[in-house]
Amino acid sequence: MNNPVTNARLESVEKGIMALFWAVLKRDLLLAFRRRSDLLNPLIFFLMVASLFPLGISPEPTFLAQLAPGVVWVGALLATLLSMDSLFRSDFDDGTLEQTLLSPQPLFLVVLAKVLAHWMMTGLPLTLMAPLLGVMLFLPAEGMWGLIVSLLLGTPTLSLVGAIGAALTVGLRKGGVLISLLVLPLYIPVLIFGSSAVQAAVTGLPLGGYLALLGAMLALGVVLAPLAIAAALRISVSG
Amino acid sequence: MCLLSEPLLRVEKLFCERDDRVLFEDLSFSVNGGEVLQIEGPNGSGKTTLLRILSGLSRNYEGEIYWRGEALADVRDQFHRSLLYFGHQPGVKGTLSPLENLSWYAAMHPSVDSERILEALERVGLRGYEDVPCHTLSAGQHRRVSLARLYLSDAPLWILDEPFTAIDKKGVAAKEALILRHAQAGGTVILTTHHEMALGERIRRLDLSNGAGTL
Repeated sequence: MNNPVTNARLESVEKGIMALFWAVLKRDLLLAFRRRSDLLNPLIFFLMVASLFPLGISPEPTFLAQLAPGVVWVGALLATLLSMDSLFRSDFDDGTLEQTLLSPQPLFLVVLAKVLAHWMMTGLPLTLMAPLLGVMLFLPAEGMWGLIVSLLLGTPTLSLVGAIGAALTVGLRKGGVLISLLVLPLYIPVLIFGSSAVQAAVTGLPLGGYLALLGAMLALGVVLAPLAIAAALRISVSG
Repeated sequence: MCLLSEPLLRVEKLFCERDDRVLFEDLSFSVNGGEVLQIEGPNGSGKTTLLRILSGLSRNYEGEIYWRGEALADVRDQFHRSLLYFGHQPGVKGTLSPLENLSWYAAMHPSVDSERILEALERVGLRGYEDVPCHTLSAGQHRRVSLARLYLSDAPLWILDEPFTAIDKKGVAAKEALILRHAQAGGTVILTTHHEMALGERIRRLDLSNGAGTL
């Protein structure tokens, strides 16, 4: 269909969708920026895990270097999980979530923008902080790139999957524990391939395969998770 | 089928129970353009639940709801385009300013004219508060931010849950006049309020106190 009217209409729809995506993203980033203490919480948790580990286990550099990939990844995973509960909670409490669900706009996009904002506020800073923690745990320099790239591919998946749990439990008064139970089994493949990628990078083995798998999980998550999140939100608000 | 003869919203044999308690059963009514339907009943009689069902938020019911003669589930997008819902929670973010709150609402609802936001804020008496975080406003002002949407939207159906709570007398009179104007222009309003409304014969009342709903 190449008639100019249809094209113009498609273009305006496309423009509207992008405008919606930016509006939601901008609002959530603004909200997060105005409550900076919530923003710091996962980062401080992440830092604490890495700084307490040597104190509790052993400060021996060779020993810590062996543990480092796993510790940094587990820390990042738990820090993400810690921040998940608040994703829809405040929107649910003040009624903006109802208004979102009553909007004629595609919920898929709204949800995707919200998760992206959440990742930019947790997953991205965690990834940027990870090399520092790597140094603290004597991770060999060869492993750094593996660590950054695997976290860059893995943390968005964690945010997407965690958001499904957050959406399912937002209607409950105390959803925090339930989220962990729902979401942790789904986090395990990401953790395994993520920390394996770092291990491979440290030992000089090719890590392409691990990164490809993390990328595949992310691609699958971007396409499917927003549908699940949207459906879960409708159920939670309906109850 | 002639769509014009169909009422805007028609409810048939609605049944809803909550925690093993029947809120209403066999509830049937319809609303046309130009009508104001006030839902009455004591606390806990299911007024808010009914409004949530009518708005499409809650699907915890049995029975049929028709929007312009078509089942609500089939025309949900079209229905939401024509709906303005004012819920129990006003849907206003405390950390955002009134202006930011309404701009977000305008982005979510394409029918809202974002050019008129400042004018609407002035109409609800929030001029000078455009850029203060909403949590610093009083309870009444907080709800006024949300009520400003009534001035922005051209949606034909308004569903308002206790719109007058925490609003001062002058504000209530202004909102009543607005509701009347909306009805005169052919719009429909379904609302709950414990406030006596002076809207004359335009208003119809639905009493939920005996569980079946009497008009």
